[in-house]
Amino acid sequence: MQFKYLAVSAAALLAAGSAQAQYSDGVIKIGVLNDQSGLYADVSGPGGTWAAKKAVEDYGAAAKGLKVEVVFADHQNKPDIGSNIARQWYDVDKVDVIVDVPTSSVALAINQITKEKNKVFLGSGPATADLTGPACSPNTIHWTYDTWALANGTGKAIVQTGGKTWFFLTADYAFGHALERDTKAVVEANGGKTLGAVRTPFPGTDFSSFLLQAQASKAQIIGLANAGGDTINSIKQAAEFGIVEGGQKLAGMLMFITDVHALGLKTAQGLNFTTAWYWDLNDNNRAFAKEFAAANGGKYPTMVHAGIYSSVIHYLKAVEALKSDADGAAVVAKMKSMPSEDKLFGKGTIREDGRHMHTMYLVEVKKPSESKAPWDYLTVKKEIPAEQAFRPLNEGGCPLVKKS
Amino acid sequence: MFELLGIPPQALFGQLLLGLINGAFYAMLSLGLAVIFGLLNVINFTHGAQYMMGAFAAWMLLEWAGVPYWGALVIAPIVVGAIGIAMERLFLRHLYHLDHLYGLLLTFGLALIIEGVFRKQFGSTGLPYANPLPGGTRLDFMFLPWYRAWIVAASLAICLGTWFMIERTKLGSYLRAATERPDLVQAFGINVPRMITLTYGFGVGLAALAGVLAAPAYNVNPLMGSNLIIIVFAVVVIGGMGSIMGAIVTGFALGIIEGLTKVFYPEASNTVIFIIMAIVLMLKPAGLFGTPK
Repeated sequence: MQFKYLAVSAAALLAAGSAQAQYSDGVIKIGVLNDQSGLYADVSGPGGTWAAKKAVEDYGAAAKGLKVEVVFADHQNKPDIGSNIARQWYDVDKVDVIVDVPTSSVALAINQITKEKNKVFLGSGPATADLTGPACSPNTIHWTYDTWALANGTGKAIVQTGGKTWFFLTADYAFGHALERDTKAVVEANGGKTLGAVRTPFPGTDFSSFLLQAQASKAQIIGLANAGGDTINSIKQAAEFGIVEGGQKLAGMLMFITDVHALGLKTAQGLNFTTAWYWDLNDNNRAFAKEFAAANGGKYPTMVHAGIYSSVIHYLKAVEALKSDADGAAVVAKMKSMPSEDKLFGKGTIREDGRHMHTMYLVEVKKPSESKAPWDYLTVKKEIPAEQAFRPLNEGGCPLVKKS
Repeated sequence: MFELLGIPPQALFGQLLLGLINGAFYAMLSLGLAVIFGLLNVINFTHGAQYMMGAFAAWMLLEWAGVPYWGALVIAPIVVGAIGIAMERLFLRHLYHLDHLYGLLLTFGLALIIEGVFRKQFGSTGLPYANPLPGGTRLDFMFLPWYRAWIVAASLAICLGTWFMIERTKLGSYLRAATERPDLVQAFGINVPRMITLTYGFGVGLAALAGVLAAPAYNVNPLMGSNLIIIVFAVVVIGGMGSIMGAIVTGFALGIIEGLTKVFYPEASNTVIFIIMAIVLMLKPAGLFGTPK
């Protein structure tokens, strides 16, 4: 034990001189915890680790005398596995901050453990808006998107263009339930009506039976409160069963560009969804995407990758300003007090409930004839300013907000 | 119009038909497993990965060689079956004299490796594969896509053909005899090891064929097999390990039961098969069509 302590201190001293001594163990250790091999591995996965490393590099951590290390692990979309890794990281491996964590059920568990251990959790991957609602924490920042923003962006646009009656296909776990709940609220607030919902086992392969139930409901819109392979299978099979031809429309409540890629434009064309980031919006994004693709087997980055990059940059800024990474709540408070700015998300702020505020985009999938280059899939239909994109501060039920 | 437990009959017929379609996949996959187990005594956990390879082979043939779906239907099972034969020659044949467990572990490990390689190469989200038979017909109670009708027809033909070949032809009788007393059959001048190798290749080819059939209907991704294989194993256990007819009948029957669960209590639709498995194992440990050894 003592030897280990000595060795670590000595290594820290040797590494970059005395400035290091303020950081716990001399190293700022970033843990990327996500699905490295399953359903969501393309949404974040190994690309997420790459994005975190890229952020450290672009921040110029080494030149500024910060010693930063990035580690990663696979939570396999299981809360118990994710929790074990997080405890091991915080207690034994001296990880200071966990980033990403897609799959809401796992993210809620990490949220809790991080608060217990007074570390930092920067959620780019998870969707549930509960992270800034009832489950909000002084140690958590929810970065990229949430179920409320998706429901609001896509749901509102569809109801306003005449899609008044809805039926939901909902993935049967925390994320699907939150997404269904938030979309229902938006639909009803805008004068629409929910005719029914069916909870589908996760992950699923055959959705035809559920689609048939949706068809029988005669709802104008079939809301897909699911993600990844579930969404792809639903859309693919809806085309096969003539649901779209029959006049009903699909609304993918959470879609990533990788899903569009897997469906192909022929099947996916015309779908509307809400996203926090798209690679073809500006030159900075395009440059990032190009580098990302070169390092990740030609795949393009999703909004989750961009969110990991952006959140790591802001975290390093706060830690550098504080000259310490030891007190997780203090780091998060510092992050909230500083405006964020980076090349991918531009300028933003962080609210007291932990919500990172930025522009969201309502996009439409292009027709095959409109796509000019690989991964040229989306057209931005509407920019949603931050204040409208996210749930109003007082509606989330976050205890941190009540206190102040 | 009568209603059954609050479900209009149109919806019920629709769900029964969809259950039959899913049952077609269960039947085809569990048939391959049953053939391999019945003749080789190996629990082939690579079956799901081989099903996935079939779907990817169809995709590769289309994208890289321009071979359309109907060509892939013939070529993919042959290619994947040949890979299966190589696997049998290289690895599996060394394990026949050992306990089932060794074969299970080996094939499970191989499945993980194969899935890992595909994931590395193609990502986890999946690849698009266009429907070769778009459109369909409007029945009284539902819209039946041509492609789904084709799946049921093809699967029935394959299943019954396989059953006929194994239970009613001379070749089949050799195979069955070789599983009972390989030494005696060999003494009659029949090359038993080669027959076993070809049987494994055939079983794998069946998995690949199911994969090609699945490509236009389901998302083609490296994990498509592992999602399905657990259910298929349950089907084989319920039907009785190694029973060909058992695998076919249970495959279709469980597809229908699962389809009905999706209407009455959707949340339970992926557990209902395991509940049935537990009940069957308690009442008839050898499975519905199995014979206790």
